[in-house]
Amino acid sequence: MKHTLTVLVENQAGVLSKISGLFSRRGFNIDSLAVGVTNDPKLSRMTIVADGDDYVLEQLEKQLNKLIPVIKVKAFEEGNYISRELALIKVNCTTQKRPELMKLAEMMSAKVADVGQSTVTIEFCDTAEKGEVLINLLKPYGIREIVKTGTIAIEKGAASVTS
Amino acid sequence: MINGAEIMVKCLENEGVSVIFGYPGAAICPFYDALLDSDIRHVLVRQEQNAVHAASGYARSIGKPGVCVATSGPGATNMITGIATAYTDSIPIIAITGQVRSDLLGRDVFQEADITGACEPFVKHSYLVKDTADLPRVFKEAFHIATTGRPGPVLIDVPIDIQQNKLEEFVYPEKANIPGYKPNVKGHAVQIKRAAQLIRESSRPIIVAGGGVLTSGVKLKLVDFAVTTGIPVVSTMMGIGVMPSEHRLYLGMLGSHGKGVANRAIHESDLLIVCGARLGDRAVAAPDQVSERSKIIHIDIDPAEIGKNIKTTVPIVGDMRDIMERLPKEVGDYHVPKMWDETVERWKTELFKIPQTFEGYVEPRGFVAALSKMLPSKAILVADVGQNQIWCANNFRIKEGRFLTTGGMGTMGYSIPAAIGAKFARPTREVVVVCGDGSFQMGMNELGTIAQNHMNIKIVIMRNVRLGMVRELQKNLYKGRYSATMLDDEAPDFQKIAEAYHIPSAFASTNEEAEKIAAEMLKSDSSFMLVCNVSPDTPSI
Ligand SMILES: Cc1ncc(C[n+]2csc(CCOP(=O)(O)OP(=O)(O)O)c2C)c(N)n1
Repeated sequence: MKHTLTVLVENQAGVLSKISGLFSRRGFNIDSLAVGVTNDPKLSRMTIVADGDDYVLEQLEKQLNKLIPVIKVKAFEEGNYISRELALIKVNCTTQKRPELMKLAEMMSAKVADVGQSTVTIEFCDTAEKGEVLINLLKPYGIREIVKTGTIAIEKGAASVTS
Repeated sequence: MINGAEIMVKCLENEGVSVIFGYPGAAICPFYDALLDSDIRHVLVRQEQNAVHAASGYARSIGKPGVCVATSGPGATNMITGIATAYTDSIPIIAITGQVRSDLLGRDVFQEADITGACEPFVKHSYLVKDTADLPRVFKEAFHIATTGRPGPVLIDVPIDIQQNKLEEFVYPEKANIPGYKPNVKGHAVQIKRAAQLIRESSRPIIVAGGGVLTSGVKLKLVDFAVTTGIPVVSTMMGIGVMPSEHRLYLGMLGSHGKGVANRAIHESDLLIVCGARLGDRAVAAPDQVSERSKIIHIDIDPAEIGKNIKTTVPIVGDMRDIMERLPKEVGDYHVPKMWDETVERWKTELFKIPQTFEGYVEPRGFVAALSKMLPSKAILVADVGQNQIWCANNFRIKEGRFLTTGGMGTMGYSIPAAIGAKFARPTREVVVVCGDGSFQMGMNELGTIAQNHMNIKIVIMRNVRLGMVRELQKNLYKGRYSATMLDDEAPDFQKIAEAYHIPSAFASTNEEAEKIAAEMLKSDSSFMLVCNVSPDTPSI
């Protein structure tokens, strides 16, 4: 099962390696990890999407909490949060096919970020699942490259994760 | 003006450090220079791994953190095994390493090693100090982190220029303020009530005591609780000493290398009260079976240990010190049923059996029992790793003293340096090492430290000319195909090694001889080496 966790950490050197080291050491499977500073410049916030059963999730939370620079760990409950992932997808596209591709992009609320002689780069920001749907639709054109940021997530409503 | 090295020394002084163990080198020279002007005693060991083991023996004997020092590169990497051992055994250690100049970091200059990176999995926390002004805060935090919550090693890596740079003045912070570190010491009231309820409802409860009970310094409270309720106690290897071995309620060490009686007691109980133990695979081989049969209360300061190895009915996160204040009150006047009392009484009579002896050899289990009866009540016995460790764990009749060994990591070569640390911590206590001839040869360079400091440490070598425990494994699981477990019958001559360090010694090949020599050696104030000829076929259990 997939779990989405938010981890608030002190914004200092080596934190990322501590966390990624912990994952590999303890055999946790990580799908994505995204990190950026928060409104408090001393703190960074990570969103981690990981795979595992309830035992794994519990251990994950507890082991993360043991790391000294980790200030807070929260596992989001299904349906209680909003998640987004930004993807840049470069597909093969001849001039003839362009209008069709533009239409597909529009239907999926994706943007066209760049147009080249033989390629188009689509920019898409939504849940990781919707991103997969778009990628599947784009496959017939021939995908050259995909770049993703990893999922970020925030709770719905007034709930917030603070130190 | 004050330089970084002087600040480091001042930090140690402020933390009340009086002894440190280490080995110098170029990158830590400023610190060693500043040390000359301090009252802190530095003990020069013979290898950096042993500086950490010595700090571990020191810490465990006195209940304060042990401090060890090494230079950059090879000095630091030599420490890793010691640090990893302290981590697994939950011992508070401050490891200080010199490092190359901060502007050269990452350029692979002479004796540069990324020690904070290399130690990442084995430290509770680590620092690579990049600014002299950070030193006081870093030291304050390091001592706080090492000694609170579940104790463990903290590494401070200090580049040489950070040791040399100067500050206007030294101010030591009053408190460590670490936003991400707030160990939970107070047990949850509701959980304590639920635990008490389970205890009152149980008819065959048992306490499983681990090293956490000793770390919290509440063994007497635990004994009180056991006596008032009649609940028997078994211990893990790290928990040996929570109760005197001869106590009517103590049923020995559990686990694959423990006492049959202890394991039977676990098997037949309906409630396990696990106190400050993580129940690793050596303690409980089939945790699922145990949790199916019995209810389990698990008390530990480290929330990550609860539910990790064994399913728990009632988890309590907290310091044993706090729980032992509150839980007995909640339990009230409960006493185990008469039937359980009688069963425990019967088991107790089976706990210490007289083992089979081999002609022309010292029987090590019988000898450990005899030796421990000769020891003063507060003696410290340090066992190494191998069969010798199991012989000691199961046959040392501990009273008020300590049993030091590495239960978690099982690092050969631990005993001699750990004994050195223990003796510096407790100079008036009798400190005795029991090791194998293999493990002795991993730690014997520290005879130099013992001799140089005119220490009084008694060393018993169980000489079976084998890596006994691995050989036993090969006997049982590999059809007796012995591979690389034979030592040399001819060399070394252990007594000649002792002589080289001016340590008197003797050789014994019967228990009678060994006991006579032991009685003599315990009368003297100097170190002594007793080499016991032990049959390679003596089993661990
Ligand atoms: C550093 C290290 N290397 C290897 C081992 C594996 N090992 C465990 S017990 C043992 C044999 C120990 O032999 P000895 O010290 O002679 O003790 P004995 O078992 O004969 O009492 C070995 C090699 C270990 N625990 N530690």
